Amino acid sequence: MRGCPVQHEPLLAVENLTKHFPVMRGVLRRQVGAVQAVDGLDFAIQPRETLGLVGESGCGKSTAGRVILRLEAPTAGRVIFRGEDITRLEGEALRRLRPHMQMIFQDPQDSLNPRMTVGSIVSEPLREHGAAKGAALRERVEALLEAVGLDPAFANRYPHEFSGGQRQRIGVARALALHPEFIVCDEPIAALDVSIQAQVVNLLKELQERFGLTYLFISHDLRMVRHVADRVAVMYLGKIVELATSDALYEEPLHPYTRALLSAVPTHDPEREARRTRIILEGDVPSPAAPPPGCRFSTRCPVAVPECSRREPEWRTLRPGHRVACHLAE
Amino acid sequence: MAQAANGRPVLSVRDVRTRFRTPGGGVVHAVNGISFDLHAGELLGVVGESGSGKSVTMLSLLRLLPEPPAEIAAGQALLEGEDLLALEPARLRRVRGGKVGFIFQDPMASLNPVLSVGYQLVEPLRTHLGLSRRAARRRAAALLELVGIPAAESRLRDFPHQFSGGMRQRVMIAMALACDPKVLIADEPTTALDATIQAQILDLLQRLRRERGMAIVWITHDLGVVAGLADRVMVMYGGQAVERADVRSLYARPQHPYTRSLLRALPRPDGGGRGERLASIPGQPPILGRAPDSCPFAPRCAHAFARCREQNPPLAPVGADHAVACWFDADAGVPRAA
Repeated sequence: MRGCPVQHEPLLAVENLTKHFPVMRGVLRRQVGAVQAVDGLDFAIQPRETLGLVGESGCGKSTAGRVILRLEAPTAGRVIFRGEDITRLEGEALRRLRPHMQMIFQDPQDSLNPRMTVGSIVSEPLREHGAAKGAALRERVEALLEAVGLDPAFANRYPHEFSGGQRQRIGVARALALHPEFIVCDEPIAALDVSIQAQVVNLLKELQERFGLTYLFISHDLRMVRHVADRVAVMYLGKIVELATSDALYEEPLHPYTRALLSAVPTHDPEREARRTRIILEGDVPSPAAPPPGCRFSTRCPVAVPECSRREPEWRTLRPGHRVACHLAE
Repeated sequence: MAQAANGRPVLSVRDVRTRFRTPGGGVVHAVNGISFDLHAGELLGVVGESGSGKSVTMLSLLRLLPEPPAEIAAGQALLEGEDLLALEPARLRRVRGGKVGFIFQDPMASLNPVLSVGYQLVEPLRTHLGLSRRAARRRAAALLELVGIPAAESRLRDFPHQFSGGMRQRVMIAMALACDPKVLIADEPTTALDATIQAQILDLLQRLRRERGMAIVWITHDLGVVAGLADRVMVMYGGQAVERADVRSLYARPQHPYTRSLLRALPRPDGGGRGERLASIPGQPPILGRAPDSCPFAPRCAHAFARCREQNPPLAPVGADHAVACWFDADAGVPRAA
């Protein structure tokens, strides 16, 4: 949804969200280090908004999604959902939270149990949370399949009988079963053909409008993120380096990493392609177990100055609603 | 771009047809009469959805499909005048990895996990180029350096799992380039890679193409990717080429309803149209269980009429370097005159 009103209380906010995975070594399994998968994220998502979270593999975007949903416990920081601190929830309290926050996975092949019928996959969350049974359960499953554009008669079939796009619809139906308000979409279209990607993206938009959903849309496809997201956060090696509205980020990227990423987005226009200059970054992303000192992007940054490898850049607001972590951005 | 429409093509493919026999006694008509020419230094983009036959076509040319169940029913693939489809197995093995290099989508599936990268690079150099062990090792290190792997010499001893995804894809490219192929077939070589690594690989391949005059066939499902890369594009659907054109006229004047839908399914590069629905193609790709005697796209096509379901349209010229297989004239908005 465009131009989200900012005066709203955010649906979800994270403060200094951090997730480190210990690295163990030796017979005594002593901790010798930590993979700093997610390191100090700060952002908020407004109700009915789509926040895009982009970055390359290993940047921590999926881990961030899992920690926000409390599928993993954060190492530090807070997750606030509907005004409630959910960082330390456990047991029954955490279970009561689950229906409100759901996830759609990248590969519908891996996330659907091949031995369960579509009906039992979609109804599982309803049964698990005692939300419906008997005839009401069947009706709810039919309504869900219809909502995602599948024939309700498919309820008795198995996932392998469906194409990739249809399987992703099944995953969406399952995520919708308990009337969630917030859905983390983790690379929901990465495994699909272009023409099918459009179908799934349209479906997600339509459901957002119909049910008032809020999305965290995790993706490495910057072209599609621009189409779906109201605002976009760019992650590099565990940190958010830039956050802005889609238009501001794509039209006027402030971080050199964002600029490099955007320069590689294909445009399906040969004339434009012939004129463009790609910013080619040297080397690979460093290991999150040993991130470089100072700015984490400094080892690959085409404009880095000595300062960058000494001092970590602050997370600054350079323009209204446009934040960036770079010493040189202005 | 090194455009060489004149002169003899390096690879000339004529009417290749590949079928698969299914266990139930059925037949899948996977490739139905594909023809194209590829000139030195040229990049041909082959675009289609999964199941369109784009990979099977290229695998057929080098007889890399298990036969049976595959069966190459007809066609010719002349590589510098020599028909690949009629070669003796021993000669064919020399062509694969020698004159023709292959890069696949998933490098882990084509690298042997229990052999060092050095061994896997050195071996083809010795068989194809007859190099000594030492010379082959030197060249292997030079190849890794060429594709941008730091400390190449020492990394020859490493095994595939010791390389990151982007580095592994580079190893694959180094292997494909080992014997200076005339033709490189790249099957979605960058889809598994991150944007900045993709940009590095594209840059590298463009350079090799300029410097060595290598011809490239680039297989992808994304019309956006080839816009900035290809000289010419072939769009495939249901095992057939439905449109073939030089890159500019294809994007400026797409003729086939399928090509048009594919382009409309992409989000606009300027971010316009956010909040609007993307045009998606209704229905599913065909299963190809029947002989190709009607237009394969007809069931999903908004313009289909009776003739489309009765006769399969051949590729017919609609411009200087532009051909389309469709009974409907997209520019005029009416069926083509018979």
